[in-house]
Amino acid sequence: MGIAIVVTSGKGGVGKTTTSANIGSALALLGQKVCMVDTDIGLRNLDVVMGLENRILYDLVDVATGTCALQKALINDKRFENLALLPAAQTKDKSAVTPEQMEEIITQLKREYDYVIIDCPAGIEQGFRNAVSGADQAIVVTTPEKAAVRDADRIIGLLEREKVGMPKLVINRVRAHMVKSGDMLDVEDILGVLAIDLIGVVPDDEYVIKSANSGEPAVMNHESRASLAYRNIARRLLGESVPLLPLEEKKGVFSRMRKFLGLT
Amino acid sequence: MTTTRSKVTIKGTKDGLVFIMDDTCSFDELLADLREKIEHSHQQILTGPLIRVTLKLGKRYCTPEQLEELTQIIRQKGNLVIHTIDTEVISKEEAYAELSKTNFLIEARTIRSGQVLEFDGDILILGDVNPGGTVKSTGSIYVMGSLRGVAHAGINGDTGKVIASSSLQPTQLRIAEVISRPGDEWVNAKGVAEFAYLEDGKMLVAKMSYLHRVRPDFGWKKAFGL
Repeated sequence: MGIAIVVTSGKGGVGKTTTSANIGSALALLGQKVCMVDTDIGLRNLDVVMGLENRILYDLVDVATGTCALQKALINDKRFENLALLPAAQTKDKSAVTPEQMEEIITQLKREYDYVIIDCPAGIEQGFRNAVSGADQAIVVTTPEKAAVRDADRIIGLLEREKVGMPKLVINRVRAHMVKSGDMLDVEDILGVLAIDLIGVVPDDEYVIKSANSGEPAVMNHESRASLAYRNIARRLLGESVPLLPLEEKKGVFSRMRKFLGLT
Repeated sequence: MTTTRSKVTIKGTKDGLVFIMDDTCSFDELLADLREKIEHSHQQILTGPLIRVTLKLGKRYCTPEQLEELTQIIRQKGNLVIHTIDTEVISKEEAYAELSKTNFLIEARTIRSGQVLEFDGDILILGDVNPGGTVKSTGSIYVMGSLRGVAHAGINGDTGKVIASSSLQPTQLRIAEVISRPGDEWVNAKGVAEFAYLEDGKMLVAKMSYLHRVRPDFGWKKAFGL
């Protein structure tokens, strides 16, 4: 029986889909059997970020309503040995699926896969309830902005009522020089308010935008710092203890580290 | 014939008669013995001028119907007036009702954005109140953590209530009808426990150790007159 993890944030645009795509891919690279589920019905993106848009035949709503079997709707990503995607429907809206149907689908997927990564839509309405209903654990994504932290706090409050246990926090798009100059909230400020376990800090990295546009998850590139951060998150999910990356890219230290990891 | 211990002991005091009821026998036995004493054996003592009666039930729990039965028997004698009924036990509901009268809520969690905690009485929060979170009470509010959200004490208009926190950095504070924002009327000292209170309709903030001087009547012992 696998583990279902919902990736959520409350606020839109903080990087839920990017985080889902990269954590899912990183877990697959680490040899886990992974299925990603896009629950953003009506505004599906995960397939685009993964570059699998042109392979969609059936979607989540088709499975929920019984139009097709679950296996038929799954898209296997050929770049990875064991990564699949269950895309959302683009034509319907969030009310096309009920939390009970979602729970049923996620339970079926957990029998087949080690990890089921659920990409949650923004907001706290039905889409959120659907996404959370089948999840065992939750990852809350936030950026170092007051508005995003406020919404993350709201979401954590709502997750307390679900059976997902204590959520884990990913702080996305941290800019080292702005934190240093005091113009951006730092990790300690955010943890002080949210008071949940941190599972990763992802630096702001242009490569993430580039990779999302080209439909290739950032973790497939070994040069990018964001990619390394995402792979570290995946390793922490598997129970490894990996220290946080230093925020600033010091030339000497970083190239030495890459050498140490055998990446150059 | 076996001699059974008397179920009802009647004692005379200067304030009247005290009926001490055995609390180990069955209620029927008790009733029988009481009836026997009132109607037969103790006739001579139980006639004459009005006498005040105190019932001591001990550790027996009596339903209102049972109490009614007991008083009925005693009332047969026109000169006996039941003054008080003393019992050492109360039902769970009565205990809870009694407990809720003390009006003190301990909440061990963090009040997050969008959450509202409302209570009729004093609140102690073992956790934070985050920005966007709200705590409202008719009494005082104590936060053993950071207060970063909104706290409203004395919502029914009681200006004597206070809001205290180990780290008082609220978005807004309200006591009764008075609303205050940090920085407006007061600046808080970092790293010390503080409390906000009203004085002449203005909100003031002081160090925690100052509380007993501002509100000398605070605390349970004083409230119960102990």
